[in-house]
Amino acid sequence: MRLIFVLILTMAIATVVGLGLTWNTATRGVEIGTLTIGPWTARPRIGTSEIDPYARAAVARSGELPIGAGDGITFRADADTAGKKLDGRCDVIVSGVTPPARFWTLTVYDTKGKLVANTLNRYGFTSQEVVRASDGSFTVRIAPRARAGNWLPTGGISRYQLLLRLYDTPVGVATRSQKDAPLPSITMAGCS
Amino acid sequence: MIRWLFAILGGILLGGVVHLVSVLALPRIASQDAYARLDPTLKVNTVMPLPDAVPGTAPMPFMDPAFASAACKYDLSTGSIKLRVPVSQAYTSVSFYTNDDVAYYAINDRSAGRKVIELDLMTPQQKAALPEDEDITAADRLIIESPTPTGLIVMRALAAEPGLMAQAKTALAAASCKLQTEVSQPRRR
Repeated sequence: MRLIFVLILTMAIATVVGLGLTWNTATRGVEIGTLTIGPWTARPRIGTSEIDPYARAAVARSGELPIGAGDGITFRADADTAGKKLDGRCDVIVSGVTPPARFWTLTVYDTKGKLVANTLNRYGFTSQEVVRASDGSFTVRIAPRARAGNWLPTGGISRYQLLLRLYDTPVGVATRSQKDAPLPSITMAGCS
Repeated sequence: MIRWLFAILGGILLGGVVHLVSVLALPRIASQDAYARLDPTLKVNTVMPLPDAVPGTAPMPFMDPAFASAACKYDLSTGSIKLRVPVSQAYTSVSFYTNDDVAYYAINDRSAGRKVIELDLMTPQQKAALPEDEDITAADRLIIESPTPTGLIVMRALAAEPGLMAQAKTALAAASCKLQTEVSQPRRR
């Protein structure tokens, strides 16, 4: 009788630990094969046949289609350069330069990967739309209310993420650091 | 006492096994992955435009709103497929996915190097069965091998400004994805 209880306990622990770990890794992702530059994280192998099992599980769970490596690479950020989670009620400033790429897009998504609805129908900028300074750098302000210059609305949602996608770019599996791929900084200004 | 300790240790070890198995099984059992989401809206071996990537209509998460996209659900069981995608003004790419969302090949307009991206998609068996005729294995014919007999081809055209979206959609509307047997063989001059 005792043995049965022990077995049931073992199975229960196994289920909770196993599925808990899986849920956790598929939702938050693991640091296998990731490339982190400042606040940005990319998975260079996600768009190839060599995609790791954790990334495959995450892709299957979210329902997205990863960008093929011959097409481009996606950098994600859900916190600013100082590590603070991005808040849609605050002014967030993305500024700097991007690595060499034929085109790039910067887009705001909620935590589930949905676009944030707004009256302007503006969800992101492409490299061609963004207004730049004379040295080629740009500044994008992500804020709940209209701002001068390059403004991306957040709709006032609390948590969101930024995706910087580079298309037709040498950045990929061989990229290691900020030197190969200079990415813009993300800073949180005031909150309303 | 020692028996309970064994139960907990054994449970944690077994939990590791459960974790590994479930991670590997997740792509197979996921019912809301991208292929399952797009599957009912697509016709086999036909290019269909995907809904706009705007809130409410976007068929998948993390779609780039700057792109117009179209997809072709392919089935190679009755023969290989010929894909033709005219390139748009800014940037066009073609990505190939297996039926469990692995992006095994992607090409953009510049690496294709022409006004029209032309590709032949076939299974490794079909490729092996190709006659070694010089005319057919000509260098200008790009052959892609699909690891699975079914999958998705996603064509995407960039609208660098919102005003160019109509143009990008028009370019994709002219794309075709047909069984090789339905396409008349190109004649060489």
